[in-house]
Amino acid sequence: MRPATSLREVSAAEALELAASGWRILDVREQVEWNEGHIPDATLLPLADLPARIAEVAPDREAPLLVHCAVGARSLRASAWLIQNGYTNVASLRASLLDWRRLGGAWEAPEQLLTPAQQRRYSRQVLIPEIGQAGQRKLLDAKVLLIGAGGLGSPAALYLAASGIGTIGLVDDDVVDESNLQRQVLHASDRVGMHKTESARMTLAALNPETHVVEHRERLDADNVERLIADYDVIVDGTDNFDTRYLLNDAAVKLRKPVVHGSIYRWDGQVTTFVPFEGPCYRCMYPTQPPPELAPACAVAGVLGVLPGIAGLIQANEVFKLVLGVGETLAGRLLMFDAMATDFSEVKIWRDPACPACGEGAIQ
Amino acid sequence: MSTVRIPPVLREAVGGSRTLAAHGATVDEVLADLFANYPALRDRVTDDGELSPFVNVYVNDRDVRYRDGLETAVGPDDTVILLPAMAGGAR
Repeated sequence: MRPATSLREVSAAEALELAASGWRILDVREQVEWNEGHIPDATLLPLADLPARIAEVAPDREAPLLVHCAVGARSLRASAWLIQNGYTNVASLRASLLDWRRLGGAWEAPEQLLTPAQQRRYSRQVLIPEIGQAGQRKLLDAKVLLIGAGGLGSPAALYLAASGIGTIGLVDDDVVDESNLQRQVLHASDRVGMHKTESARMTLAALNPETHVVEHRERLDADNVERLIADYDVIVDGTDNFDTRYLLNDAAVKLRKPVVHGSIYRWDGQVTTFVPFEGPCYRCMYPTQPPPELAPACAVAGVLGVLPGIAGLIQANEVFKLVLGVGETLAGRLLMFDAMATDFSEVKIWRDPACPACGEGAIQ
Repeated sequence: MSTVRIPPVLREAVGGSRTLAAHGATVDEVLADLFANYPALRDRVTDDGELSPFVNVYVNDRDVRYRDGLETAVGPDDTVILLPAMAGGAR
């Protein structure tokens, strides 16, 4: 038996024996280190808190204490302080905690939500309090469907993939045309004639190989709309015609899928978010479908290249909030952007009790 | 006079203006003033004397359907927004 008041440093093997014989284990690391993994029976008491809290944590100065930190430096200082302050049975682990674990010492680590590679890749947004590891996990598990891999879908898809949305579905049966390239930044000059979904998949795979891109090389219609949206959490509507918008709205209300709506015309853009039965739907705004001549496509009317960029990114921002469950979405508000005046304004949209899709008379 | 914001798809009917000033104490009167100056606007905004179902009218940020419809009051500092359904997008 060593003199009780001398400073004793032990190896990992000795520490295991002491623990097995019932020594109390004191972890003098910081809370953040503890959170990443710790000895299950240990008590956390960071070195800086030792003088203030030791009497409460270990009132019996005769009881044996095995002190450890990460590599043995802080535990040595803690042990010296304990002995000076009357603790008679103190041992400091001079080895790394890795040695403890290597020898089979008990260890408890929290379930890691992100791999080390994911922690590095998404570190800048994981730092944001409203996201964190748990939020990033939600993004990685999210499935987002983009209707249209064109002007609105391009910027949305790029940023959704970059930030780690796990699955991005793209519905488009079109091929890349030279006149698309002025605004559809998913595509490239050497891909003219290629299917837009394929071009998009190539771009997104190069940006973030972790994102699973699903190509739906078809045009949304009454027969496929429910099948297309069923497996997704959020739908981003970047279509160019009323037929598709109304089909999508009715199916999304039926399957209770939130739709982030964007539309553009020359210098003007509009974005809103439809959350079925929580806020209005598209038919609450315009109950019946307008004739097609009221919806001139970009091909006819023209569009400023940057405009879908702005509108599409506002849509992506809505997706993040819906997936993370934070912030205020545009549900119940129509955001209008006038690029010519650089003016944002909004109007309120109400749920219409008489709405043919989500009103009181509609089947819920 | 109130300010009326003309949406892009209706600007051709008013000579390209983005906003217009109009007289009138109700939506009905404001629209009548606009139609007197820009007759082409009437058929785009109304249908048989009623508001077209494809055009929403807001006084400031409130949809007049949920207020007093065409009788909704319009003050001199108010902004009337004409908002037709807009579908442009991806392709």
